[in-house]
Amino acid sequence: MHELSIASAILDAVQTEAEKRPGSRVTKVVVRIGALSGVEPEALSFGFSVLVQGTMLEPLALEIEAVPRRQRCPACDLTFDVVDDNLACPRCANGETILAGGEELDLAYLELEE
Amino acid sequence: MDRIPLEKKVLSENDRNAARLRESFKEHGILCLNLISSPGSGKTSLLERTLEHLPKGTRIAVLTGDIQTDNDARRLARFGFPAKQITTGGTCHLDALRVEKALADWPLESLDFLIIENVGNLVCPSSYDLGEAAKIVMLSVAEGEDKPLKYPSIFAKSELLILNKIDLLPYVSFDMTRAREYARSVHPGMEIVEVSCTTGQGLDVWIEWLEKRREAVTSAKIAD
Repeated sequence: MHELSIASAILDAVQTEAEKRPGSRVTKVVVRIGALSGVEPEALSFGFSVLVQGTMLEPLALEIEAVPRRQRCPACDLTFDVVDDNLACPRCANGETILAGGEELDLAYLELEE
Repeated sequence: MDRIPLEKKVLSENDRNAARLRESFKEHGILCLNLISSPGSGKTSLLERTLEHLPKGTRIAVLTGDIQTDNDARRLARFGFPAKQITTGGTCHLDALRVEKALADWPLESLDFLIIENVGNLVCPSSYDLGEAAKIVMLSVAEGEDKPLKYPSIFAKSELLILNKIDLLPYVSFDMTRAREYARSVHPGMEIVEVSCTTGQGLDVWIEWLEKRREAVTSAKIAD
């Protein structure tokens, strides 16, 4: 379970941004979590809620945007979102597709109040 | 309400450290591999056999991560190759900074291979880049053949799957055909080697893979 260290890295990043903007309050941080990131969204939300308690940033919401796995078909060059773990190309049915995304573990944006 | 775009990686600090390591490995012509499996699949045994089988004069070092004890490093040190333990003290994975610190007093110019044995865990290590040229995932036939479906992230990101303990196949219900199918269903075209660290079966294929991968590093260095 490394979600706690991920949550801590998210909080650090928010803290850094908040210090640059005295006079406004960060109300929400939005992160993008890929299906292959190795991060469990529920565990991350839980770890985040525990860490934020008692800090100057509280109350601070964490919103997780789930990103599906993506594959690219080398035969027809289509990049597609994977549905139901089916990695075959939906256009030409080629089964030998290549990983093209879904590893995201990104800080997307913050929402602020004046 | 204002919106401040961040658009950066949560682990950007780790990624920066990993990039620095990768650059340093490239500069020194080192093939660095990150070996990942559940506890007890045979990572340390594979390294023991690897150290035995590599041609004399091969310059290889091993970094091994564990939550507690330096047992693995002691097991490996007796082969006369540099081996160092990173004890994470509870953390379930290695990160690039720990690797960098462990390497600080090692002469990288005198190495050809660096193998990092990650903490036994199929989940967390998959999120942390250590500057390796490739991740390798290991699965033993004493585990379930559906591991690739349960932990797709690490199987999708690893270049090679090592199926270990094949000498136990007659005694366990592991379905080898299915295991291979499952691995390739989450990672089309994934390279797979079957080995037994007990009997030595298949180790020649693994050593060949290692040497081929190392040649690629050397020729890339010459091309630079």
